Amino acid sequence: MQFVQIIISGMAQGCIYGLIALGFVLIYKATETVTFAQGDLMMVGAFIGLACMTFMGFPYWLAVLTSIAGMALLGFATERLVIRPILGEPAFSIVMLTVGIGYVGRGLITMIPSIGTETHALPVPYKDIAFTFWGLLLAAEQIVIIGTTALLCTLLFVLFRYTRIGVAMQAASQNQIAAYYMGIPVKKLNSLVWALASMVAAVAGLLLAPITFVHANMGLIGLKAFPAAVVGGFGSLPGAIVGGLVIGVVESLSGFYLPEGFKDIAAYVVVLIMLMVRPNGLFGERLRKKV
Amino acid sequence: MRFIFKTSYDRDIDLAKHGGHRFWYSLLLALLVAAPWIVDEYWLSQFSFILIYGIVGLGLMLLAGFTGLFSLGHAAFLGVGAYTEAVLAAKGWPFPLSMACAMGLSASVGVVVGLPALRVKGIYLGIATLAFGFIVEEVLARWDGVTGGNAGMTVKGVDVFGWKLASSEAFYWLCLALALLATLAVLNVLRSPTGRAFVAIRDSEISAQSMGIHLARYKSLSFAISAALAGLGGALYAHKISFLSPDQFNIVQSIDLLLLVVIGGLGSVHGAFLGAIFLIAMPQLIALGKDFLPASIGQAAGLQAVVYGTVLIAFVLFEPMGLYGRWLKIRTWLQLVPFYRKGLFKRQKSFQKSDRVR
Repeated sequence: MQFVQIIISGMAQGCIYGLIALGFVLIYKATETVTFAQGDLMMVGAFIGLACMTFMGFPYWLAVLTSIAGMALLGFATERLVIRPILGEPAFSIVMLTVGIGYVGRGLITMIPSIGTETHALPVPYKDIAFTFWGLLLAAEQIVIIGTTALLCTLLFVLFRYTRIGVAMQAASQNQIAAYYMGIPVKKLNSLVWALASMVAAVAGLLLAPITFVHANMGLIGLKAFPAAVVGGFGSLPGAIVGGLVIGVVESLSGFYLPEGFKDIAAYVVVLIMLMVRPNGLFGERLRKKV
Repeated sequence: MRFIFKTSYDRDIDLAKHGGHRFWYSLLLALLVAAPWIVDEYWLSQFSFILIYGIVGLGLMLLAGFTGLFSLGHAAFLGVGAYTEAVLAAKGWPFPLSMACAMGLSASVGVVVGLPALRVKGIYLGIATLAFGFIVEEVLARWDGVTGGNAGMTVKGVDVFGWKLASSEAFYWLCLALALLATLAVLNVLRSPTGRAFVAIRDSEISAQSMGIHLARYKSLSFAISAALAGLGGALYAHKISFLSPDQFNIVQSIDLLLLVVIGGLGSVHGAFLGAIFLIAMPQLIALGKDFLPASIGQAAGLQAVVYGTVLIAFVLFEPMGLYGRWLKIRTWLQLVPFYRKGLFKRQKSFQKSDRVR
């Protein structure tokens, strides 16, 4: 029973990693840039939710919607203002640019007087509720995280499979020039992908907030989402979620069965082994550069 | 305008291209040697830090700027060097020996980390080094029998076979001498076939391979040299800061080092030192600027992060060649003054290249 219990709490944590990794993968697939700002976007999303609930007194569902909409705008604006001018530059410049965006985001939040430097608890309605099934103790937070992740994945699947815009995004991610020749507005799609990734980040932030707390450095968890993305294969959307689950479960198992300290590095050990054994990840496509 | 009249092929790879170089670099060296008599104790200590970060920056520049391999865990090499030095110094080893050990251990760790680099590239390599950096930080924190764990450990002063370098002037000269040696070593590597192979790998792995460059060997070598320089910098850093704790070598330090090479100018040896000057001078400038800002902004904790991030974004957007690139433009302008054209350094906008197009 205890084993199942650990697995479930690992899955809940893994869903968060998976959601952040999903943001990386969305942006990577569409624009071939790797963003280091995803964790900080998540942090900003959580802060918007917090501000709506505690300072403006919004009900929970409205705060969630505001946060998601606000992050969509922010992601759109970021792409338009900062990322688009340097598309086509070496990948490393763009990585450093996103590092800079992350720095600015974290710094600006910290600069808000008396809010940014403290840790806050997000007053969600499902706090401190737990259920017992066949001897398993399930916290409502874990159920909400796993359920929301499943729902979000379904929505994304529908978006990419059945809507015009989703199919256009897939086309642009497979071959930008060809998509451009077919009349797909690639640049506009890139902005939309950033908005979508920021929305996913906002959801991740709001889900994570009840478990940890809302504070300016919560975005550093984004660094654990990189292993998740790599384990799943950097270009695969289902892979990101599966990778996140793998990392989360391994982490919570090693936290229980291995000596202290292994929990923090379990994710990185897994990713190093993965890179040596199967660099393309579980679901990754084989990349071979043609001359 | 200057025309260089070459009378032999050797002059193509001269370190100093013309008399002007010789004059200005000698003047710079003379000023640096004389610095202890010119500036006060505080600035001398800052100069030592600049030289130390310059050495580490040279290593990362060789790896990232000249071989095109990006390391997001470079602080780990710095940490390995620093802790090796601290442990050996505590055992009473003389500085030259312990320094060589620190460099050697860092280099061998670098080769181990370089192993995944043979199979993966681009962002995968970045994540591999990132993962490695976290693991090293955790090891430093947990192996408390040797490293003192999170409580940290103090470092003894520099001891060269019984000759103690206690004063800050002596330590500064030590840093200067080692920085000079490291710079000359890197410059010489870069003009040798090895360095040319590094640059070829950066520009195109496939064409380098088809020209007969053994990718695995040269990538490992680049990692080894880079890590050795980081280890050397770490050894000096340990003595300079005289108290080590694992959180000095975390991801923030690694990103600071990347910031150093990007802002200094990727692909230029000058850039390593210009970036180091930036990294050390920036907190001072922010501290100076704080007094002119309203208290709600000037005293806020996040100001430094905002300034760093903004400067980084501005450099990537407007001056991708960094501080050295800006200097190149100024120098060219001075040389060509009536004939300088605006488009001389214009970047060619390329359409986004994809690795995935089959």
